[in-house]
Amino acid sequence: MALDLSINKYADVPYEEKERLFDEAKADGRWEHVLYGCYECGICVAACPSARFYDFSPRVIAQAVAREDVDLVYTLMNDSVWDCSQCFSCDRCPRQNSPGQIITVLREVAVRNGLQTAKQALEGYGRIIYKIMSTGSQVSPDMLQPNAFPDWGKHVHEISENLEVWRKALPPETLHTIETGWKVDEKTIIELYLIWHMTGVMNMIEEIDEGLFMILVDVMEERLEEAGYDVTFD
Amino acid sequence: MIHLPVVKATDRVFDIDPNEAPTHDLREELFQLEKEGELEVIRVPEPYMEVKTKFGRIKKIPVEKTWHHKSCGQCGHIPGYSTSIFWLNRAFNLDYHDPTDQTSCTAWNYYASATSNPEAQAAVAIRNFAAAHEVGYFPLIHCGTSFGHYKEVRHALVHQPDLRRKVRDIMKRLGKKLVVPEEIVHYSEWVYAMRDRIAERQVVDMSNITATVHPACHYHKLIEEDAIYSEEIYGAQRTAIITGVLEKLGINVADYSTWFDCCGFGFRHILVSRDFSRSFSVQRKIEVMMEEASPDVTVTHDTGCVTTLDQSQVVGKAHDKKVGLPVMSDSQMAALAMGAHPYKVLQLHWHNTNNKPFLEKIGIDVEKTWAEFEAECAKIKSGEKQYMTWEDAAK
Repeated sequence: MALDLSINKYADVPYEEKERLFDEAKADGRWEHVLYGCYECGICVAACPSARFYDFSPRVIAQAVAREDVDLVYTLMNDSVWDCSQCFSCDRCPRQNSPGQIITVLREVAVRNGLQTAKQALEGYGRIIYKIMSTGSQVSPDMLQPNAFPDWGKHVHEISENLEVWRKALPPETLHTIETGWKVDEKTIIELYLIWHMTGVMNMIEEIDEGLFMILVDVMEERLEEAGYDVTFD
Repeated sequence: MIHLPVVKATDRVFDIDPNEAPTHDLREELFQLEKEGELEVIRVPEPYMEVKTKFGRIKKIPVEKTWHHKSCGQCGHIPGYSTSIFWLNRAFNLDYHDPTDQTSCTAWNYYASATSNPEAQAAVAIRNFAAAHEVGYFPLIHCGTSFGHYKEVRHALVHQPDLRRKVRDIMKRLGKKLVVPEEIVHYSEWVYAMRDRIAERQVVDMSNITATVHPACHYHKLIEEDAIYSEEIYGAQRTAIITGVLEKLGINVADYSTWFDCCGFGFRHILVSRDFSRSFSVQRKIEVMMEEASPDVTVTHDTGCVTTLDQSQVVGKAHDKKVGLPVMSDSQMAALAMGAHPYKVLQLHWHNTNNKPFLEKIGIDVEKTWAEFEAECAKIKSGEKQYMTWEDAAK
């Protein structure tokens, strides 16, 4: 589907709100290191995998932010940034821009402000956020289930059927785990939860998925309390 | 008429001169910050090996005393990848540490969902670095994304005083120091630096093998100046990683036209939008390799690349695409060359694409080695053994 970059699509969103979000992006400490203007040479597009399969252009994004087109930036923040592969092939920009990093910042603003399009882009992703926030590991052996990866064929069935034995048949002692990639100390997890608490990351989760936030709060507060910490995420 | 000096293309020499580098040497800034009391630098332990990076600077790669920062994707879904790295360390009788005081870098999630922020990402990185430093070992990063992300974190900490202050405060509350490694080292750099010693111990002839190489984006595109290059490999116009190891093992490394392209992983895409990952991986990588190079195997050095290039071939096959190319890591190839067991160590049964023709081509008896692995599993199932040990893997 072609990307609608006209001003009409988000005409009902006040300009001041769009400007507020853009200002939030520009206030990020990385901004001055990832945007230096745009030659519009298109080298970033030539290197971009997402540009081959979506109506997506890192050049359009670099242009929009460089000339501070508030309306266009808002449209792209909603309808384009989630197509990026975050491979950073675009870092070969001759003007030293990093369109990929610009997108990272715009995505963060979208999540922090609970934009509906960000919620849609992350639909189905909640179980991954749960895994990473609660265990510090993005994926785990027990996620290799046929219903999660039907397009990976019968091999996933074979793995899930043999999972427990095959994990025990790994020579490194740290890898005899099912729910995490390796054995993680309790104190390590507690320190991770404290980092989430001190950096306000849980507020972002609340904006994007309130139900998931409540589940995570239950899990984390209980383990922190057991470890002797009186911490609440509200 | 104006006469301009003309240098023919054939006469030009591309010298790598660190004095001509377009970027500052971040390590100098790190040591300056250490002098000012802003942070502590974790030195690369001796003995170390020296390699050249993109602009000709020297990078130190530790031989041992390495703290293995494991990859969640490798350990979770393709555990023979990390097992092979450990096996290589054990084969050379090197001192290494496989920690349980380690989280993942959480960067896969960050690049996928942005449900984090720079303070949290930097704090996770420094907590892991501090854990390594506390036990006297040096971080060796298994995952390409962790490696790239940690380079970004280090860069940000050097250039953003406010971020440094925030992370230092967080570490203080955790009872830790703000410590930053002198070098961010990826395991494949260690394999590359060890390639002569690996080749000396090679027992499996691989001279009849043709391989293609896929370099991980987050290895050589994020903070590009910190990736290894060599005049001997592609004239230092591409990173030397993986290729240098395979050539040392006698493997014919074949080129293909989409070498620079990513694998299609996409971070968010591989988990919730895999139509993109499958299409890109098959159409822009695997099919191109097959048509242009006819390889026996493709070798890469990152979690997501192995997973995407391997698993995407299932749907490619259903659509009659030209697929069927085994995917392995450089650590697995190096271990295999040195005689590691294909199932007990390389754990190739976790990979999807049929690797039997490749293994048979280098003289490995697939039925026999698989039966040996199954015998170990049978002992675990019967309760005769709780786990398979390193000693069992060596039989």
